[in-house]
Amino acid sequence: MGMKMDRRGFIGAAGAAAATAAIGGPARAAAPLKVGFVYTGPIGDGGYTFQHNLGRLALDKALGTAVKTSFVENVAEGPDAERVIRQLAQAGNELIFTTSFGFMDQTIKVAKAFPKVHFEHATGYKRAPNVATYNARFYQGRQVQGQIAAMLSKSGKAGYIASFPIPEVVMGINAFTVAARKVNPKFVTKVIWVNTWYDPAKEADAAKALMDQGCDVMCQHTDSVAPLQAAQTRGIVGFGQSSDMSKAAPKACLTSTVDSWGPYYIRRAKEQIAGAWKSADTWGGMAAGMVTLGAYGPGMTADAKAAADKIVAEIKAHKLPAMVGPIKDRTGVVKIAAGAKAEDKDLLGMNWYVEGVEG
Amino acid sequence: MNATIVVSIAMSIVAAATPLLLAALGELVAEKSGTLNLGVEGMMLLGAVSAAIVALTTGDLWLAAGAAALAGALGAGLFAVLTLSLTANQVATGLALTIFGQGVSSLVGKDFVGREVHRLPEVFPAALAEHPLARVLFGYDAFVYFSVAAALAVAWFLSRTRAGLVLRAVGEGDSSAHALGYRVIAVRYGASLFGGAMAGLAGAYFSLSLTPTWAVGLTAGRGWIALALVTFSGWRPGRLLFGAYLFGAMMIFELQAKAFGLTLVPPEALAMAPYLATIAALTIISAGRAGANLRAPACLGKPFRATA
Repeated sequence: MGMKMDRRGFIGAAGAAAATAAIGGPARAAAPLKVGFVYTGPIGDGGYTFQHNLGRLALDKALGTAVKTSFVENVAEGPDAERVIRQLAQAGNELIFTTSFGFMDQTIKVAKAFPKVHFEHATGYKRAPNVATYNARFYQGRQVQGQIAAMLSKSGKAGYIASFPIPEVVMGINAFTVAARKVNPKFVTKVIWVNTWYDPAKEADAAKALMDQGCDVMCQHTDSVAPLQAAQTRGIVGFGQSSDMSKAAPKACLTSTVDSWGPYYIRRAKEQIAGAWKSADTWGGMAAGMVTLGAYGPGMTADAKAAADKIVAEIKAHKLPAMVGPIKDRTGVVKIAAGAKAEDKDLLGMNWYVEGVEG
Repeated sequence: MNATIVVSIAMSIVAAATPLLLAALGELVAEKSGTLNLGVEGMMLLGAVSAAIVALTTGDLWLAAGAAALAGALGAGLFAVLTLSLTANQVATGLALTIFGQGVSSLVGKDFVGREVHRLPEVFPAALAEHPLARVLFGYDAFVYFSVAAALAVAWFLSRTRAGLVLRAVGEGDSSAHALGYRVIAVRYGASLFGGAMAGLAGAYFSLSLTPTWAVGLTAGRGWIALALVTFSGWRPGRLLFGAYLFGAMMIFELQAKAFGLTLVPPEALAMAPYLATIAALTIISAGRAGANLRAPACLGKPFRATA
């Protein structure tokens, strides 16, 4: 069962629910598990928040009347978030997912006040006995994209529209480039930092600038469909980000890296109901079903499809690490020794660029 | 750097400048009549979402453009009723209109997010725009030519027609204009509605051409740049036309410089250049004589109540 609330309607409901909770205590034999979600964007963003909401809907569908989910969208990162998270806890939610990095400190703070409520914070690194963290290995999608890009590119140059130089984005650029250079050792990734997660017109203009420079495959770590549409206008191809973007640019979209939170939400809700929930740090990828590929577009050749399927199978079988040495950075310094592989901590702290990255 | 790249950059600049020009022209006329509507961003979003919905449901792009103009004008109408008839504070009402436009557009556009809108066609046949140099002139859709024509038309209207003179009189001295028998409120209603329609069209340019789809917050703050542009222009349409292309060029050069790997000028400096230019223009205007003919309309933002 799903239920939408805006923040205003929520305050009254929260008070009433808090009163019942105080009388009722923890006896919850047949009552559904209440699960709350805090979103940073609107569920209609067609990207990051949209995908988290799909995960919530998947949870509704999988557990039916055993859960009762609610969400608050468009929550500003900062003090406002603390208020919203606190209200969700007071409203009797026993499991609360805060889905953006910027909710980290607020989640920890509210969790201290509600030791019996379990919190899950996406993409953060601070945990507590009742606060778990979770994230997805998006770089695995980049490994597939790099392979396809190098196979299909005639110029040997991909354009990469990047948001902010944080490890999450940097490791994607590197994983992409390393995968591409396995196919074509001279492959170049040209990066433009647009300093925003979402500005469609600016993203489109950045795509045009990259195409002017001869890039013939477009990659993005921003949220709008605009770069793919710009690629389609010029008859080139690219990859969708966060959600399946093939509807917005059917000819240009080769495939998309899709965030798939449903499997994780379902697993954790089941553990909560069984009383087996424990604080943990989950970084799941394709094997866990948390990162998937969108539909293949018309630009995918049979060879490219076969190669992509093969990489996905290898990643799922844990046989294809993100990077295996020797890997040099742009100045020629060896960063990962021959034969060694990049560990999770290397990826999560990545602040340098591999050879072949420009911009 | 070859000719193709230069042409491509020039065309990107024109595309970036067009929505700024459309929205700023409308706001310029509204401000010339004495109303300051800070809701440009909101009206643009109303236009963008209306155009996308009509284009996706009917497939008729001209109907979509019409709907966008109407939606923008409705937003401006709301503003006009509140500020002109009910004399609400213009600054607060304009800001509220922006927030209102953001909310309404994301609500009504919910089922249309991320769907491909068929892009506006070019006006001239492809054969005419084949040569790169010809493409710079003949390679655009109707909005681009309309925006330039509108700038010339507004310039002519304000400086050469009686109606334009009345509109300026209302903006410079509302009590005097009223004493002379001109209907101050009616003129301001007309100017506001025109401003709203133009902002709506500017929004439509996003969802029909620049980024042919609908997504929440599609215009991403361009309405504020358009507002800055009106001030930068010193309330003159000719300067506004120049300013729109200058701002468009600064936005495009920021990205092209990054693509080229140029580091001579930090790209961040280019990103803030439109705002710096506006501040510089304001400073010059307020510095005295040199800017005397570039001042804001005397009654800008002030409520008008007929006394007799």
